[in-house]
Amino acid sequence: MPARTVYTASIESVSILDEHGRFDAQLGADLIPNDDLVKLYEQMAISRRFDEIAFKLQRSGRMGTYPENRGQEATSLGAAYVLNKDDWLVTCYRENTGLFWRGLPMEYILLHWMGDERGNKIPDGLCITPLAIPIGTQMLHAAGLAWAAKYREEKRIACTFFGDGATSEGDFHEAMNFAANLDLPIVFFCQNNGWAISVPTNKQCSAPTLAQRGIAYGMDCIQCDGNDIFAVVRVMKEASQRARETNRPTFIEALTYRLGDHTTADDARRYRDEAELQMWMQRDPIIRLGNYLKELKLWDRSKEDALQERAKAEVADAVKRAEEIADTPIEEYFDAMYADIPEELRRQRDTLRTSSLGQEGFAQGVETPTKQGIEETVN
Amino acid sequence: MANLTLVQAINLALIQEMERDDRIIILGEDIGVNGGVFRVTEGLHKRFGEKRVVDTPLAESGILGTAIGLAMAGLRPIPEIQFEGFLAPAYDQICTHAARMRSRTRGALTVPLTVRVPIGGGIHAPELHSDSPEAVYAHQPGIKVVMPSSPYDAKGLLISAIRDPDPVIFFEPKRLYRAFREEVPEDEYTIPLGKARVVAEGDEVTVISWGAPVVQCMTAIEASGKSIELIDLRTIYPIDTQTIVQSVRKTGRAVIVHEAPKNCGLGAEIASRIMEHCFLYLEAPIQRVTGFDMTMPYYKKELEYLPEAERIGKALAEVAAY
Ligand SMILES: Cc1ncc(C[n+]2csc(CCOP(=O)(O)OP(=O)(O)O)c2C)c(N)n1
Ligand SMILES: [Mg+2]
Repeated sequence: MPARTVYTASIESVSILDEHGRFDAQLGADLIPNDDLVKLYEQMAISRRFDEIAFKLQRSGRMGTYPENRGQEATSLGAAYVLNKDDWLVTCYRENTGLFWRGLPMEYILLHWMGDERGNKIPDGLCITPLAIPIGTQMLHAAGLAWAAKYREEKRIACTFFGDGATSEGDFHEAMNFAANLDLPIVFFCQNNGWAISVPTNKQCSAPTLAQRGIAYGMDCIQCDGNDIFAVVRVMKEASQRARETNRPTFIEALTYRLGDHTTADDARRYRDEAELQMWMQRDPIIRLGNYLKELKLWDRSKEDALQERAKAEVADAVKRAEEIADTPIEEYFDAMYADIPEELRRQRDTLRTSSLGQEGFAQGVETPTKQGIEETVN
Repeated sequence: MANLTLVQAINLALIQEMERDDRIIILGEDIGVNGGVFRVTEGLHKRFGEKRVVDTPLAESGILGTAIGLAMAGLRPIPEIQFEGFLAPAYDQICTHAARMRSRTRGALTVPLTVRVPIGGGIHAPELHSDSPEAVYAHQPGIKVVMPSSPYDAKGLLISAIRDPDPVIFFEPKRLYRAFREEVPEDEYTIPLGKARVVAEGDEVTVISWGAPVVQCMTAIEASGKSIELIDLRTIYPIDTQTIVQSVRKTGRAVIVHEAPKNCGLGAEIASRIMEHCFLYLEAPIQRVTGFDMTMPYYKKELEYLPEAERIGKALAEVAAY
């Protein structure tokens, strides 16, 4: 008997406003109201300014390692724009723009990279999780958050972000499988920016698209131009609606590009072709939307100047707030460990300044018996 | 003889061993074209080609799991895990397979691999780039755990690790990667695993440490003006009990210094061994100067967490005066 075809699949890729400024009027119709378009543009510009300043802070020794978000502003922003305020945003570390849109004050991101845990103390009600440093781990949490929403019969969903490299980690595959098999209201949003530090996407995945990884899990999947805010919004609307109405997950692969180095500790010139970078500069999501707004007469020079002034001021304020935050004594770190501090830890905390050991040192005589004491006990 | 940093010493050891033994394959994230995020594998990709220097997908369990297969097939893989914080996904493969293969097959299959892992704090790195999990792995029977504190030792220990017939985790203290240079012979030499080094001799107190804190101990000892013996463990499993015992029997006082949290840290194991072998020689309770029992703080506070020279110095004074 000849073998039968039991399954075939194809992957759609959505682009609406392309790099040459061509707009697909059909796909883009009524997608984003003009007022919102302007706000989205402004948010991207502010985020870009933030990125530039963060980079400078690192270079001048005022901040630690920082991963630039430059070039990827449209992805997380488009997603956050579509989501409801109580949907979970479970991010990695290149989603500043979406987080700012949701309402995370900019200084939180600065504090994180300034080596201060208070950057993770997310204000109540924002429904976001802290930046995820271990690659590929947070998608499982998003699946759990989505599961809880379903369990409670809330109309909430989760959207989790991660890079191309993250799709190689085992946890990613487990999250996809759980989401599909448990019918979870979740969107997996992959930012394929071409690189995982120095390793190109084609060394993470031998299939022509990352999107098709969803097929293997029985999940809807789609690709989009991640530097096109319209395309991102369109695929996110479909995916979030699917999640909300049918508890089915979606895997989105957004094609974008990391215009900066991996982080400020990296030097991409060691492994990346300058021509490739130049090509992607032409596809900058901010320039693209800006040109479109001008075409629609929604934007002009003076508005741009005013926006740049506003961005400067807002970012400067955020830097000030981050840099001027009061020092926390190390004692606070002990108190942060458990709901109720264990006795031994409390002792470490209380003796840390009096004992060499930050523990029950001789100075306190808390626990260590004296020689004389021992002799007395023995006798 | 060349004056090398710890990074350069490891790089040299890798090159020399790869030239000597074509069973060696190195694999990991960004170790090829990019030469590793700390540049430890700089130039190897060019020199040995992509067949032997392999940029893998981003998957630590995958890196360790395939390295185990390579090793069982008779090759000598040297996987790199980019930071100690990302050993966690590889923990399963290390502890459930690499560590047990020899014993459960009664030697029919063995896993002669060396995992290289940057470790520890003090370089203002982000979260999960500054931990010290060495005791976790020392606790797992079946693997050896090494941590050099100088360029000279790094080269000799790494060569021994690579040639060792069992799995070795080779922790490289990031804080020392470029902290100082040292004369490192071009010629081949090995430093046996399981042998500590007496860094400084003395008879008042014995200080036992390994990795980056060894340098802090040296500073503290110098400032103390006392006659203090400093032992750099170099290999933390198997521990060189003999060197420790000999020293503590002489001094009667011991301070153990490590970056990892105190609770169930390696200091506890060493203190027990001292009790077992030196009880009647002790003049003072054994003391530990360690990280606190908390999550490694982000970098703003890391120096308040780490056992820095000042805190060690206080302990020396207290223990000596007891
Ligand atoms: C589990 C784990 N392994 C390794 C690293 C080191 N690391 C940080 S970012 C990165 C590459 C991530 O690539 P990708 O997922 O594509 O995200 P991108 O940085 O491109 O946004 C690596 C290997 C890490 N943070 N976590
Ligand atoms: Mg990437």
